[in-house]
Amino acid sequence: MEVKLLSEHYEKPEFQKLEGYKKHGGYQVLSKALKMDPKAIIEEVKASGLRGRGGAGFPTGTKWSFLPANGEPRYLLCNADEGEPGTFKDRLMMERAPHQLIEGMLISAFAIGSKKSYIYIRGEYDYPIAVVRAAIGEAYKAGYLGKNILGSGFDHDMDVYAGAGAYICGEETGMISSLEGLKGQPKLKPPFPAIQGYLRKPTIVNNVETLAAVKYIIRDGAAAYRKYGTEKSAGTKLFSVSGNVVRPGNYEVPLGIPLKTLINDVCGGLRPGRQLKAVIPGGSSAPVLTAEESWKVTMDYEALAQMGSMLGSGAVIVIDDSNNMVDMLSVLMHFYHHESCGQCTPCREGTGWLNKIVHRILHGHGETKDLDLISKVAQQMMGKTICALSDAAAMPAISFVTKFRDEFESHIRKGGHTAQVRGAAHA
Amino acid sequence: MFTLSPEGQEFVKAELKRYETTYSAIIPCLYRVQKEHGWVPPEAVSYLSKLMAIPEAHIDEVRCFYTMFNQKPVGKLHVQVCTNISCAMNGSRELADALCKHFGVNDGEVSDDGKVTVSRVECLGSCGTAPMMQVNDQYLENLTTEIAIQKLKEMGA
Ligand SMILES: Cc1cc2nc3c(=O)[nH]c(=O)nc-3n(C[C@H](O)[C@H](O)[C@H](O)COP(=O)(O)O)c2cc1C
Ligand code: SF4
Ligand code: FES
Repeated sequence: MEVKLLSEHYEKPEFQKLEGYKKHGGYQVLSKALKMDPKAIIEEVKASGLRGRGGAGFPTGTKWSFLPANGEPRYLLCNADEGEPGTFKDRLMMERAPHQLIEGMLISAFAIGSKKSYIYIRGEYDYPIAVVRAAIGEAYKAGYLGKNILGSGFDHDMDVYAGAGAYICGEETGMISSLEGLKGQPKLKPPFPAIQGYLRKPTIVNNVETLAAVKYIIRDGAAAYRKYGTEKSAGTKLFSVSGNVVRPGNYEVPLGIPLKTLINDVCGGLRPGRQLKAVIPGGSSAPVLTAEESWKVTMDYEALAQMGSMLGSGAVIVIDDSNNMVDMLSVLMHFYHHESCGQCTPCREGTGWLNKIVHRILHGHGETKDLDLISKVAQQMMGKTICALSDAAAMPAISFVTKFRDEFESHIRKGGHTAQVRGAAHA
Repeated sequence: MFTLSPEGQEFVKAELKRYETTYSAIIPCLYRVQKEHGWVPPEAVSYLSKLMAIPEAHIDEVRCFYTMFNQKPVGKLHVQVCTNISCAMNGSRELADALCKHFGVNDGEVSDDGKVTVSRVECLGSCGTAPMMQVNDQYLENLTTEIAIQKLKEMGA
């Protein structure tokens, strides 16, 4: 079930250091890539079907080909902000295999003609930041970074930039603002970063896992990579599984694996005596699936989209019948309200209202008509804002109150009941 | 009057040259202030403004935008309990309540002896080892209230 491509050497402590990394073929793919035509690398990545692993699932090779043809400095930014609740795969990769990320970035930078890259790591990740900085230091010393890398004539500098606690800096233009020394507020697109990004120069933003996968695509070829996964969702994916399973953790499996296999066989199933209630399949922004849907769906971009949800960052949050869905939604709405950067009225006000209404219901002051109000407010937040955070808050809200309407209604009834009792005690 | 240590001032100078624009040095320099002082007082803003030749208003805007910059003093141990979804499902809210009670503080307050601040925070990217908390720079995972209090004691709480 598990296919360990990116995570093959995670369990070996030596893999964290350059010497150990080289024992397992480290930087040999870079050496191969530097002898290739950069265009051929882009073509190979396109042919592999690799799609962005950060959330949006955009085809990586296609994104790269949006860059203007020539001239101008261009930047590669690695998105290691990893703030999507439920996601913890990039952290593990940076801790266990930092050189794999650096090598994947160097190959990608060579392909797109970039001489400077940053790894933007969320500020809370103190240990990963230290590990990646140390690895970059080793790579400079060994001549994998700096001038004339491996005698190829290719120059590249790489640095780490630590964020400071803001989910919105995971959004690519928010990240660019942050790196520019501004508040981490997203910018209106177009222009897309590939045309005008960091310092208004052409910029490619890719997730940690995406960039690491590039190494394996160039090592084995697009066809070999495509052996894993489905026609439209090629390759392996790191899933961060959390919540109510026996063995939570990061697991690398081929895309297209049944969610049932992932939960029951890979993660040891649910806790004894518990029933599945729901699964959030792609990080907190992904619409929730009912148990019935969860047992049917396969974990690829298309199947999840068909169910009205998304693969997102690959964070699978498994919710069993010991949880109250009103409570779960209240946690998420608090999060989005807290993290909205406040630039756009529908998002700033909408997340505030959703948070307020869901908490009102949670605490027993809700009415059934509040459920329609949630859907109405959420509908008005979609497709109207500078970035997708607004949609990311609206979609779970709609899915929770639609798919678990009975539970919400029953909570409102019971809550109302408790309120009456409390009222009676006062009288 | 607010100042950074001589090493801190050297750090600021080096950071100003490190990136494509001097503005990119603001976040790293605010971190430096926090490292030396435990939080980022408003006086640090005018100090950095002069040192970095960047308008005060801009530095202050950055200071206030990012949650990791403490706007007021925190205890020696800054205990940040994740109360987002996967941790909440595994008892992190009860953990946060128990820690607040144990140290006699409300969310974000410093204990009377100055040793501990307990805050509830959003997902820290450690959801597979829930419940978890961050104490200063360190992640502590797979917690129970007993283990958490024990570890905090060992750390000097
Ligand atoms: C609110 C919000 C938060 C995001 N957070 C992250 C993140 O933490 N990490 C990430 O890689 N992408 C995140 N993204 C997606 C990025 O905007 C961007 O699509 C991605 O980094 C591109 O890389 P990829 O094509 O390799 O996936 C976020 C998007 C939104 C709207
Ligand atoms: S949608 Fe929300 S988070 Fe995104 S830019 Fe607008 S206000 Fe900020
Ligand atoms: S939900 Fe607590 S670390 Fe992610």
